Amino acid sequence: MNAPRPELIIEAGRAEQQYWRDLWHFRELFYILAWRDIVVRYKQTVIGVAWAVIRPFLTIVVFTLVFNRVAKLEAPGDIPYALFVSAAIIPWQFFASAFSEASSSLLSNSGLISKVYFPRLIIPAGSVITSLVDFALTLAMLAVLMLWYGFAPDWRILFLPLFILQAFAAALGAGLFLCALNVKYRDFRYVVPFIVQFGLYVSPVGFGSERVPQYLRWFYDLNPLVGVIEGFRWACLKGASPLEARTLVSSLTVTIVLCAFGIWYFRKTEKTFADVI
Amino acid sequence: MSDAIITVENLGKCYRLQHQQRERYTTLRDLITNRVKSLFGTQNSEPGTQNSEEDFWALKDVSFEIKQGEVVGIIGRNGAGKSTLLKILSRITEPTKGRITLRGRVASLLEVGTGFHPELTGRENIFLNGAILGMTRAEIRSKFDEIVAFAEVEKFLDTPVKRYSSGMYVRLAFAVAAHLEPEILVVDEVLAVGDAEFQKKCLGRMEAVASQGRTVLFVSHNMATVRALCSRAILMKGGSVGCEGNVQNLTDMYGAVEIEDTETENIPAGAHRPGNTGQAVFQTIRICNITGAKTSQLYLGQPFRLTLTLEATSDIREAVIEVGLVASDGTHVTCSRTLDGGAEPFPLPRGRHEVTLEINAFLLPRRYSFALILYHFDGHIIDWVDQVQSLTVANIAEDSSDTYRFWPSIRGYVRPEGVWHLPFPQKGARVK
Repeated sequence: MNAPRPELIIEAGRAEQQYWRDLWHFRELFYILAWRDIVVRYKQTVIGVAWAVIRPFLTIVVFTLVFNRVAKLEAPGDIPYALFVSAAIIPWQFFASAFSEASSSLLSNSGLISKVYFPRLIIPAGSVITSLVDFALTLAMLAVLMLWYGFAPDWRILFLPLFILQAFAAALGAGLFLCALNVKYRDFRYVVPFIVQFGLYVSPVGFGSERVPQYLRWFYDLNPLVGVIEGFRWACLKGASPLEARTLVSSLTVTIVLCAFGIWYFRKTEKTFADVI
Repeated sequence: MSDAIITVENLGKCYRLQHQQRERYTTLRDLITNRVKSLFGTQNSEPGTQNSEEDFWALKDVSFEIKQGEVVGIIGRNGAGKSTLLKILSRITEPTKGRITLRGRVASLLEVGTGFHPELTGRENIFLNGAILGMTRAEIRSKFDEIVAFAEVEKFLDTPVKRYSSGMYVRLAFAVAAHLEPEILVVDEVLAVGDAEFQKKCLGRMEAVASQGRTVLFVSHNMATVRALCSRAILMKGGSVGCEGNVQNLTDMYGAVEIEDTETENIPAGAHRPGNTGQAVFQTIRICNITGAKTSQLYLGQPFRLTLTLEATSDIREAVIEVGLVASDGTHVTCSRTLDGGAEPFPLPRGRHEVTLEINAFLLPRRYSFALILYHFDGHIIDWVDQVQSLTVANIAEDSSDTYRFWPSIRGYVRPEGVWHLPFPQKGARVK
């Protein structure tokens, strides 16, 4: 009876102070929601998880046919074009799916939000993590492709996790911002597919960054995905595709700013989600 | 120091109402239009339309204390602030003012089966829902068998819940919730689901929780349940605490409050009408308890009065009215006719008339509805309405002396006047 009982105080602005502690406290929920998303995604599909690999694989095939065979684009050095494209498509698809899943995550979990308390950050962060699982599978596919072409990466591959982290941060930041906006302004659910489609053209997926005219370069480098994709190529393809320092710095800066801004905006609007959704 | 486990002080919650919009969320278009309008100043600012935003206090100055082990019912009409209070207690939304101190682990149950995913199996959903309600995986694992037994879904554990019947779904969902073991349990009207038998089981479970010294906050419209479960009640009225205290007095008062807004007594145009010649129609039906108050709920054993109005468009020479009582499972329990006891048919002149029927049947706890038939003595139906008005008979007598707890499905519908002769003394036998 005298054992100290946990005391919880609810008042305006209080959740703010306990936020990060709560986030830790609710970690089990975080795992289980991520697990749910993964399990549900491939339920009642005939080939199940294979979809995670088939989609990027077909994209790679199409890109190779269109850009390499038809448009006669070449990869720098003696890298097979298919590998050159894969090293870009794989991080790009991770970003695209993580970002769009995260942006719609709050709305598709509106039932939870209006009925149970937990730090809302769990939901979009969980969907980014879920996309990471598909991403791991596509990385395995990349390894198989490399084997097929008899291409062995060198020490640079050790830096790959850093670029994965950058892709993760970019997807999380953008996803948090858009999902928070999506709760209040439903317009943004039309904006997201547009951003994803548009992003594919302004990121170096089918081409290498060196083809971008110099006078546009500073602007082009602001795209966080430029750093991610060029980084991937550099790490996976023995540096055959050069990674320029200014690209890395500017896209990394944008990523950090984007991620911080996403978290800040999300936290700012989070309190009202249950009232608005 | 007080031994209060929940202390609520001057709690207030303010919502901003935007009058022009119907949806709660805005679209960018609205935002832009509003900004542009305000940029271009004042074309739109006649005194009435200017403030399209208004503060609405869903809760104001709510203060109360709840001690450990108390089971408190929160009652009140729709819009009295009950749900807002629950949402704040369960931290879904923040209060605008005031504070709540909770001394213990809180679990809240605002809905049964929150987060259930139709594609997942029963087993998976138990873990998912448990985690959502705040249980750790170890806790769920240790209670897993109990939950499954309670829900009676052993055979379907590995079937996706989308293939469950709605009854099974609700049972499973409630079973998870029922095995939460927090110090404070906050429950919304989630018991209003499932079949009657399962409801009983849930109530039993709630009583068990309460008897273990846990604190339960229970929000409900169902007076009988509140009375059966709670020791104290808080009556919410217009966003603040109207009254608090003894559950008996308050539920009586709530009954009085409730009368003002019980559902309409008009028979809806869309009512099921197996037959109508147009010569006359039943228009309204009203149920009153013995004190003459309009109601849709009766305590066990209460007689009631049914008032019908009917409008005849032509004179009917030999009319008969029959009222059938139909249980919610579709069984026609009994009926009462104007011919009962050998009475003659009556002449029904043109115009609007009110007829009253006093019924003194000892109905067992269930939901009932009525079938109203007006016909010629020769058997020719003039108007026949099915399934109108609903009447709930509680499982407890008004003075709590008489209750029904188990097996409602095998007990039938009415209680005969039986007299038991026992060869041993019986305490508390009723004098009738």
